[in-house]
Amino acid sequence: MIYQENGQLKISYRADQQIFPILQDRWAVLAILALAFAGIPMLADEYLFRAILIPFLILSLAAIGVNILVGYCGQISMGSGAFMAVGAYMAYNAYVRIDAMPLIGALLVGGASATLVGMFFGIPSLRVKGLYLAVATLAAQFFCDWAFLRIGWFTNNSSSGSVSVSNLDVLGWTVSSPLEKYLFCLSFVVVFALIAKNLVRSAIGREWMAIRDMDVAATVIGIRPMYAKLSAFAVSSFIVGVAGALWGFVHLGAWEPSAFSIDRSFQLLFMVIIGGMGSIMGSFFGAAFIVVLPIVLSQLVPALGALVGLSISTAAVSHIEAMVFGALIVWFLIVEPHGLAKLWSTGKQKLRVWPFPH
Amino acid sequence: MAEAPGKRTHWDFNWRSANGFKGGTMAFFLETLLGGLMAGMLYSLVALGFVLIFKASGVFNFAQGAMVLFAALAMARFAEWAPAWFGFESKFLANLIAFALAAALMFVLAWLIERLVLRHLVNQEAATLLMATLGITYFIDGLGQTIFGSDIYRIDVGMPKDPAFVLESVFEGGVLVNLEDVYAACLAALLVALLSLFFQKTVTGRALRAVADDHQAAQSIGIPLNGIWVVVWCVAGIVALVAGIIWGSKLGVQFSLTTVALRALPVIILGGLTSVPGAIIGGLIIGVGEKLSEVYLGPYIGGGIEIWFAYALALVFLLFRPQGLFGEKIIDRV
Amino acid sequence: MSKKIGDVILDVQNISLRFGGVKALTDISFNVREREIRSIIGPNGAGKSSMLNCINGVYQPQEGSIVFRGQTFSQMNSRQVAEMGIARTFQNLALFKGMSVVDNIMTGRNLRIKSNLFMQAIRNPFGIGGAQREEEQHREFVEHIIDFLEIQAYRKTPVGQLSYGLQKRVDLGRALAMEPKVLLLDEPMAGMNLEEKQDMSRFILDVNDEFGTTVVLIEHDMGVVMDISDRVVVLDYGRKIGDGTPEEVRSNDEVIRAYLGTTN
Repeated sequence: MIYQENGQLKISYRADQQIFPILQDRWAVLAILALAFAGIPMLADEYLFRAILIPFLILSLAAIGVNILVGYCGQISMGSGAFMAVGAYMAYNAYVRIDAMPLIGALLVGGASATLVGMFFGIPSLRVKGLYLAVATLAAQFFCDWAFLRIGWFTNNSSSGSVSVSNLDVLGWTVSSPLEKYLFCLSFVVVFALIAKNLVRSAIGREWMAIRDMDVAATVIGIRPMYAKLSAFAVSSFIVGVAGALWGFVHLGAWEPSAFSIDRSFQLLFMVIIGGMGSIMGSFFGAAFIVVLPIVLSQLVPALGALVGLSISTAAVSHIEAMVFGALIVWFLIVEPHGLAKLWSTGKQKLRVWPFPH
Repeated sequence: MAEAPGKRTHWDFNWRSANGFKGGTMAFFLETLLGGLMAGMLYSLVALGFVLIFKASGVFNFAQGAMVLFAALAMARFAEWAPAWFGFESKFLANLIAFALAAALMFVLAWLIERLVLRHLVNQEAATLLMATLGITYFIDGLGQTIFGSDIYRIDVGMPKDPAFVLESVFEGGVLVNLEDVYAACLAALLVALLSLFFQKTVTGRALRAVADDHQAAQSIGIPLNGIWVVVWCVAGIVALVAGIIWGSKLGVQFSLTTVALRALPVIILGGLTSVPGAIIGGLIIGVGEKLSEVYLGPYIGGGIEIWFAYALALVFLLFRPQGLFGEKIIDRV
Repeated sequence: MSKKIGDVILDVQNISLRFGGVKALTDISFNVREREIRSIIGPNGAGKSSMLNCINGVYQPQEGSIVFRGQTFSQMNSRQVAEMGIARTFQNLALFKGMSVVDNIMTGRNLRIKSNLFMQAIRNPFGIGGAQREEEQHREFVEHIIDFLEIQAYRKTPVGQLSYGLQKRVDLGRALAMEPKVLLLDEPMAGMNLEEKQDMSRFILDVNDEFGTTVVLIEHDMGVVMDISDRVVVLDYGRKIGDGTPEEVRSNDEVIRAYLGTTN
């Protein structure tokens, strides 16, 4: 009853083309933003920022990027971790090598570099489709793993192979406490989520989805597959690259290539598929699921073990965690193959017609 | 054999250079080539597991690597435990029992995967199925190490460890060949031959090929899809077991075995996702390509290039032949 | 019927198409005049869809050329074809299943959208950058098509959930959104019941009458073909066996043989 759109007549196409055409949704989004910018900073403690909120925000951003490529344009990529790495390392180089490089400038350089690399590794998509492409994108992953490990220039010839950044400041505002880091990431995520949403609901988004759904028909109505696919790779890699730079600069502070290994790529894909392919909202759901699940498991498994009188070694805990994680993923895919976003929209639909069944 | 063969070990480049060896000789090239072919045969074996499952069920089974590790762990540990369980000393018997038990375990695993996962995901998108097998990967990795432990274990099925020299009359010093690799390659070739016989000559094999061609058509003439999938996953399990034994006795059974699967991926895009001969030829090409690149290109652009080089090789190839070496060309119909 | 048929707008000259050793089309020539309804008929596998695919640039014929409005092409490029004003519907539904009806038809307007990726990225309700205004203009055009095809009730529905007949209409709508000079229709009435066929025939005739759009039509329903076509081409095994007005074709011996079989 509360969630009814009766009486909300649209008298212009502009009103009908809003991101959230339903009044209640607009209020809900405003409330969430207020909570994120004002409420959470007052409520959350340092652990929550560090372990959950900041990783959640950055990975949501990365998941949005991957979703544009995989969910909207239908090009399965297993090399997203590599584009995060490119973003992080190139942002690092820009920050360290160029004097007076502002922080945001460095992050954007990271994104721009990831764009170039992403477009280069997107070239095979013009010839191969589906799983062949998925495997081809692994080339990006392994090449970048190798390059950042073996080529000294990228790490500023650091002897340990690890790089670190400190003194993050934006126009005099120092980003050092977990709260400041959180707000910094949040601003990025809000801006990029808006941009991504704008793109996917405009002409370019329709081109991506057309290529995804029926590429021959798309070609016949004048969509150039090359432009559509490469632009998806470009936009996706840019966002993923910025997320990678944030991950390195803000979340980790110091990192090695293994921070962006193939496991990261799989993690991003999991987020997109569990969250919902072709849904910006779903990217947030997916990121939340993947960030929170391991934390819950790492608390739950030893606790359950203690309950039945077993003391489980740390190694065993990590193995059992992997098992439960894998089983949950499979279970989830069986129960809702279209992801959390689909559950969400089904729920909304139910709410709209409540108390009637249809 | 020539002087002090005991001191010459496999790929011992130091020995070579200490004796004034020049990397450009024909014998050295042949050695590298042979080493690549041997390694390639093993890649083929892993790739074969991928191809079998993809052909029959359209599932790109990322868990193949985890299955290799799981099978190898089972083999290694059962061989260790069997003498104590049954009270005998014979190593041969222990290996035999371990093999039987590991194979049985792989069958159970295959049945469970079909029953609990695949059956519920029929007709889902390729990406969803891929993710499901990734979930299975995590599960099997965790399960294997929970049951069998996560240290490095040895599999000893009596493979010779010594190198041998052949063609000594043709090249000075001969061509160094690792006997273990030769045995492994023969074993792999034998398995491939057996599988081809199975597919070509048996009723089940024919049903498998029918399912691979068209799921619905096969179902409509009464071939039980679910049964076929169990068989295919069982066969893939056995292939994984053999691969696990060979890799395990070479490198030791440890977690890094799972990366073998990642290295076999370029093989299948090179050979075509649906082609058994493709998996074999692709494996050989990638094996040789890797070794040659490591030896001849590595010194110039840095070590460790073999893994991405294989992918790059496969990629360049794909640009010219998008359906792989033996894959079928698809004509878009509208 | 006082429709004014103009000059030749599309001229297909000696087109041959092979897939490996299989000859799909052999030396096909025919022309299409402005504002006429030109049908291509023939048994299954005669090469009708392949012919459209050649015009569309989906397949590249090995021999022959296509003249469109005075310009000669030996091979067509899909993008160029779309820009020149040739639109197309598909035999097996080729809609964008994950998108709504409005979005599907909007893709037909994509060629006309001027704002670039950055302007679309900063799209906003205040009209800064112009992307929003452009979207609204095209949306208005799309709404006219939706009205014309009488699918107002489904505009926000994902096309995958629509019935077959309605999906065929959306397919037509997407082609119409391109404001084409020539409309290629590949079996628009296949699998429809009588009423749906009547509706579809009405839409085709209306498009032809009101907008002066030239129509090239592949259809199996001889009743429809003979009723609404101005001229008919008959293909069989990739060869042209007849060409002319419906009456001429109906009395052509070779055509009768192809359809009814030979009695030697």
